[in-house]
Amino acid sequence: MDLTKTPGSPPGEPEIREMLLNVGPAHPAMHGIIRIVTKLDGEQIVDTDVEIGYLHRGFEKMAETVDYNGVIPYTDRLNYVSPLINNMGYCMAVEKLLGISVPERCHYIRVIVSEISRITDHLTCVGAGAMELGAFSVFLYMIKAREFLWELVEMVTGARLTVSYCRVGGVKADLPEGFDERCRKALQETRKVLAESDALLTRNRIFVDRMSGTGKISADDAISHGITGPFLRSTGVEYDVRKDCPYAVYDRLQFDVPVGTRGDNYDRFLVRMEEMEQSIRIVEQALRDIPPGPFLAHPETGRPIPAAEMVDEGKIGNIAAIVDARAVTDPTLEGAAKSQHPNIEAGEKRVFLPAKEDTYGNIEGLMQQFKLVMYGHGIRPPKGEVYFPVEGANGELGFYIVSDGTSSAYRVRVRPPCFAIMSALPKLLIGDMIADVTPTFGSVNMIGGELDR
Amino acid sequence: MNAASLIQAVKDRFPAGVKASHSYRGDATVILGREFLLEAARMLKEDTLFQMNFLMDLTAVDFSTFGTKRSPAFFANSGIAVSPSPEIPDADPWSGPPGGHPSAGAAPGTPGGHPSAGAAPGTPGPARFVVVYHFFSLPLKHRLRLEIPVGEVEEAEPEVDSLSSLWASADWLEREVWDMFGIRFRGHRHLKRILMYEGFVGHPLRKDYPVNKRQPLIGPVN
Amino acid sequence: MSDHAGFFTSRLDEAIGWARKFSIFQYPFVTACCGMEYMATACSHYDVDRFGAGLPRFSPRQADVLFVVGTISHKIAPVLVRIYEQMAEPKWVVSFGVCTCTGGFYDNYATVMGIDTIIPVDVYIPGCPPRPEYVLDGLIKLQAKIQIQHSTGQRPRPEVRPEFER
Repeated sequence: MDLTKTPGSPPGEPEIREMLLNVGPAHPAMHGIIRIVTKLDGEQIVDTDVEIGYLHRGFEKMAETVDYNGVIPYTDRLNYVSPLINNMGYCMAVEKLLGISVPERCHYIRVIVSEISRITDHLTCVGAGAMELGAFSVFLYMIKAREFLWELVEMVTGARLTVSYCRVGGVKADLPEGFDERCRKALQETRKVLAESDALLTRNRIFVDRMSGTGKISADDAISHGITGPFLRSTGVEYDVRKDCPYAVYDRLQFDVPVGTRGDNYDRFLVRMEEMEQSIRIVEQALRDIPPGPFLAHPETGRPIPAAEMVDEGKIGNIAAIVDARAVTDPTLEGAAKSQHPNIEAGEKRVFLPAKEDTYGNIEGLMQQFKLVMYGHGIRPPKGEVYFPVEGANGELGFYIVSDGTSSAYRVRVRPPCFAIMSALPKLLIGDMIADVTPTFGSVNMIGGELDR
Repeated sequence: MNAASLIQAVKDRFPAGVKASHSYRGDATVILGREFLLEAARMLKEDTLFQMNFLMDLTAVDFSTFGTKRSPAFFANSGIAVSPSPEIPDADPWSGPPGGHPSAGAAPGTPGGHPSAGAAPGTPGPARFVVVYHFFSLPLKHRLRLEIPVGEVEEAEPEVDSLSSLWASADWLEREVWDMFGIRFRGHRHLKRILMYEGFVGHPLRKDYPVNKRQPLIGPVN
Repeated sequence: MSDHAGFFTSRLDEAIGWARKFSIFQYPFVTACCGMEYMATACSHYDVDRFGAGLPRFSPRQADVLFVVGTISHKIAPVLVRIYEQMAEPKWVVSFGVCTCTGGFYDNYATVMGIDTIIPVDVYIPGCPPRPEYVLDGLIKLQAKIQIQHSTGQRPRPEVRPEFER
């Protein structure tokens, strides 16, 4: 069979055929499992079909089987590079349903850890994207910076990646001693890494050539697809949930929202780099403005008070001196002591667990613990439905929760930001060459846990 | 526009279609009949009063077991009644499931009782599913939630109009609702499963689908 | 078997085992959150390259260890089995993260409750996600297993316990 001729074509004419290339579920990109079936005319992409769902883990169904606080570990694993933002979004949605609000210090704590999570997300996205284009050193530098931030997160929450830090009605524990210092140091290191990566990539001829002009999308198309976040901002539309529908304490913090112009991969890279800088700025302001927590030293002697000494002081009647102080306890109880509770929880007994000192110390605390932890009891919000959007690293992350008054939610729906972006992937790819799939898919920042839930 | 004026504006345009409305916790919500969906969505997108250029989210809720969950009866044999704490009271309570409470005859909002028995066959009961749309307007910065009750009559696959001609985001979102709930969308270009695989039988997020009923492609059912 | 063979062949087995264990070409089948910890283990802080395992090969024909990283859903399970079958002997499988070991806390309609129901597994690294130190511990256990494996690729009999100190 003569493959050089199409049937019916004049003799001597070369045959032109389109090729179907399956960039299959198992592929070398570091982003996640997805299937892109591309129809190629030579090197140019003529048509694509995107198939997702390879990481569907049934988040929404599992959320109906556990109680309200039990959903929090599942939310960690949604957008697993910025887990604290998911935690915060879910907890704020349930708090909206309950109609309670947390103290100011708790808001600041949530903002600080959310912004640190946002920085880790952008570091992973830009780093992995750069690695796929050949800039392996940039990936190593950015993962180094991410390690510093993860060590910081571990200091606060106890875990590097899947943190489960926020609770309905507050956070798990207050910021530990020395957090300020460590945080500033980590952010300084991150700034250095960003400066190095900037020097390596932003005016690099190869990087710019591969990223500019590829993966373009217009603002109208982006809005029609429901795209939000850095992707939308790179097309020129300025929409940031933190500015337009502010929540927590974002309305008091000064930060800029970078906006691109052309809507291609290069603009997205620049928007993400600048957003990291703005997030560092937010964290520094928050550290400066955060209302003070209880102090660690005895107000008269200035020494830190061991817990046993505090008990003794109380016994001799020296209450006034120690009532706001925080005793040096076991490191595993760090940040969760009774004196810090008013700063980190909403004050509603039916929602938040009591401090351990109360649980073991008096009957009211024991009953409060029992009523919240026992199977079938727990948080019982009123019947209702609520939608709460936060600014995730990829765009508007919204939680829609329907409650039927029992201890577990009736329906939890998470509006995934990268679902919208992935639905626009055919539009981004058609017209470009097959080699442009790599930078485009990299800048989409598809996170499988969020896309497929 | 604030929640109340948004709801009023929608009611003025569709006096016959709007079945109910509320603004529970400040979210403007309108419950609309399914025949009016396409028209209302077009109006929300194009009218200068609304300018809803974002279809943020499209999802569904299965209300068939709403309020029927019974608390576990610990120590039931011993005679000690360990009842869970009552719900946190609400100054402005919710009006109940949009399609009507599953226990027909009970007023909406009362604690759930038993599934309705004795309703005359063929009469529309409470709607089993509610398709929920979240709209957002970027120029005017307001949000609206539209709820369409479907499944009043016992049908395997309730149908609603598709909004994919107005917003491109509706394409994949409707495919997901079809996959998870089995609600069809008229006018969708290609309604096929998106999160589950083609051989999967059933719709996982329906309340009658058990959470760990596995249908593996290869390997044992474990 | 190696104790029945002669002095030279047993030395040869040891040499081949040593060479194999320090030149691991992994196929990282990354799906979910564990991938982030895999990345962290592979990068500068916890460098896996010092164990000789620093080069991922993204083709199953060129790889010898299949790292299954992250939850395996029923949709991707046939793909995983196909990749496993395409790898050439000798090959090993590391089950990274608790979702691949037993299914994790996703006990629902979509998840494979442990990949050992579909492919044989050599080393299980639990954790959600496992810290890089756990991963390196698992890698060292895998290396011990590779070391004592017969040069023809037969897996050791269950009575032969790998010497984890080596």
